[in-house]
Amino acid sequence: MSEGFKDKVVLVTGGSRGIGRACAQAFAKAGASTVVISYVGNEAAAMETVGLLQQSGAKAEAVRFDLADTAACAGAIDGIVKTHGRLDVLVNNAGMAIDGLVMRIKDEDWDRQMDINLRGAFALIRAASRPMMKQRAGAIINITSVVGEMGNPGQAAYSAAKAGLIGLTKSVAKELASRSIRVNAVSPGFISTDMTSHLDDELRQKMVGGIALGRLGNPEEVAGAVVFLASDAASYITGEVLKVNGGMYM
Amino acid sequence: MSNATDVEAKIKSIIADQLGVGEDEIKPESSFIEDLGADSLDIVELVMAMEEEFEVEIPDDEAENIKTVGDAVNYVKTHKK
Repeated sequence: MSEGFKDKVVLVTGGSRGIGRACAQAFAKAGASTVVISYVGNEAAAMETVGLLQQSGAKAEAVRFDLADTAACAGAIDGIVKTHGRLDVLVNNAGMAIDGLVMRIKDEDWDRQMDINLRGAFALIRAASRPMMKQRAGAIINITSVVGEMGNPGQAAYSAAKAGLIGLTKSVAKELASRSIRVNAVSPGFISTDMTSHLDDELRQKMVGGIALGRLGNPEEVAGAVVFLASDAASYITGEVLKVNGGMYM
Repeated sequence: MSNATDVEAKIKSIIADQLGVGEDEIKPESSFIEDLGADSLDIVELVMAMEEEFEVEIPDDEAENIKTVGDAVNYVKTHKK
């Protein structure tokens, strides 16, 4: 595996912590020459991730932009291609949720969740597709969510955006297949990250009860699926939604 | 990039580069799809490359009418600033 990503340039959005950081580290361990992470808020965490990636022997850098700013998304991709000469793997991992029952969702909270979780991924794909088409190679992995497949009370907007990512994944997979660009999604279940840490113990126990494997997943277990889909081992897989949910939803 | 022959030469070079065909195969009457082997993604890339090179906007409904090399040259000549 370690030779599989030699000379490859990888961008992981939301790479400062959680699943994104685990993905960035997994690519560095798999031998990727350059791993770029994006972040918006937590500079200290981003710099810590960069340090971890460098320890694995990868060139690493962090770029800061807001996914709601589509021009900034395009600029980030252009910058990577100009600096590193190519972009082989795009992992659209960054995401955010503002929970609330549907009758209480504010327009701006709906829009913000669409902008960050869905439109930002679209803007990065739009910008990355051109250099990847020229390369006649590339892999795009969109991190969706089990709630995009099964719904979740209190997450109408987040789950709508994550379901949207699945449609985006499949359409773009069809559009870019003739250029050997594969586009897949990974759909994590209940993973132990900052995003799930605020849940109280009772709710946590209830959710774990619905997971066949009887425990939360780790970010590293999601990262393994992401690296697999980006690798040549998955060369005949495109338009797939790979569930990494411990049997929570089948 | 001021006169007509420059536009033609530049467009030929963009097409040759994008489609991997020899410039001598590229005639004004050549159809991108039928003669030069382009597919729909190639057409989009060609349109984007011409937009960048000549600083023109080619809207999708106009791009649909650009079927031959001559159509492309005429469009750019008419719309170039």
